Amino acid sequence: MQKNIIKLSIISLIIFIIGVFFIGLNKSSIYDTKDLVGQKITNIQLDHFSENRIITGEDLKKNNFTLINFWASWCAPCRDEHAMLLKLNNDEKNLKILGVNFKDKKNNALKFLKDLGDPYDDIARDEFGKYSINFGIYGIPESILINKDLIIIKKFIGPISKDDYNFIKQIVRKQ
Amino acid sequence: MKIKIIIFLIILNLNVVNAETSLVDSNKIFKNLRCLVCQGQSVGDSNSEFAQTIKLVVRDQIKEGKTEKEIYEFLIEKYGDWIVYKPPLNKVNFVLWLFPYLVFVAGGTIIFLFLKKRDNH
Repeated sequence: MQKNIIKLSIISLIIFIIGVFFIGLNKSSIYDTKDLVGQKITNIQLDHFSENRIITGEDLKKNNFTLINFWASWCAPCRDEHAMLLKLNNDEKNLKILGVNFKDKKNNALKFLKDLGDPYDDIARDEFGKYSINFGIYGIPESILINKDLIIIKKFIGPISKDDYNFIKQIVRKQ
Repeated sequence: MKIKIIIFLIILNLNVVNAETSLVDSNKIFKNLRCLVCQGQSVGDSNSEFAQTIKLVVRDQIKEGKTEKEIYEFLIEKYGDWIVYKPPLNKVNFVLWLFPYLVFVAGGTIIFLFLKKRDNH
């Protein structure tokens, strides 16, 4: 009887350890903030790129949907997603794109837009990257799709892909 | 004279309390924050773009008079529990918090029963 209990305990322990390793090793160890949706972005205050004014949450509430895209001229993946952003700006009238130029030199940013085209309805400047923290950004390119209540619908970590483009199109056209 | 001494002591006490509340150690906060883009490094240890930006924001918030707890809450809201090395107790992780205590109680019970059995023999 006692031997059986010991056997059972050892087998249960082995199954438990294997289970823990199986779940742990199958899980991606790279953390991202994609799951942080449904939150309202508060305290939005961004310096306008070229005008002497501040872009606030009130400005974004005027749009049905806003895609806030963090980009920089020095960021190579930003070049990859640029065509998608241009297409979104061209095709989706229900969506406004706010570009946030992140830790960049103004001249380089302007040259980037001149060379590749300007997909943005408005551009803000985050010279030291401080504003990006309020949006939960940890690398660029990163984009956040919000509605007129400033609620996050989806976060896109990395460049906007064709699938992301289709997702945004679907959400924006539902309205 | 006595009243003057009492007033002096009250003012001194207020100053000490103020000094304590405004003394938020930024390095302690940096050590407790995980650098999301680094492998196993805290914000304090890392020199990555992300860590540098977090440091700037934390220093700004300390200057604004925010407490250590408020700073953690702000960053958890933006990046999730993963940003802090010591996540707050919530319904998802309560088992992790309770587990050591359960093990402690279970271990204590086993030892107690074992000793009781030995005494009976």
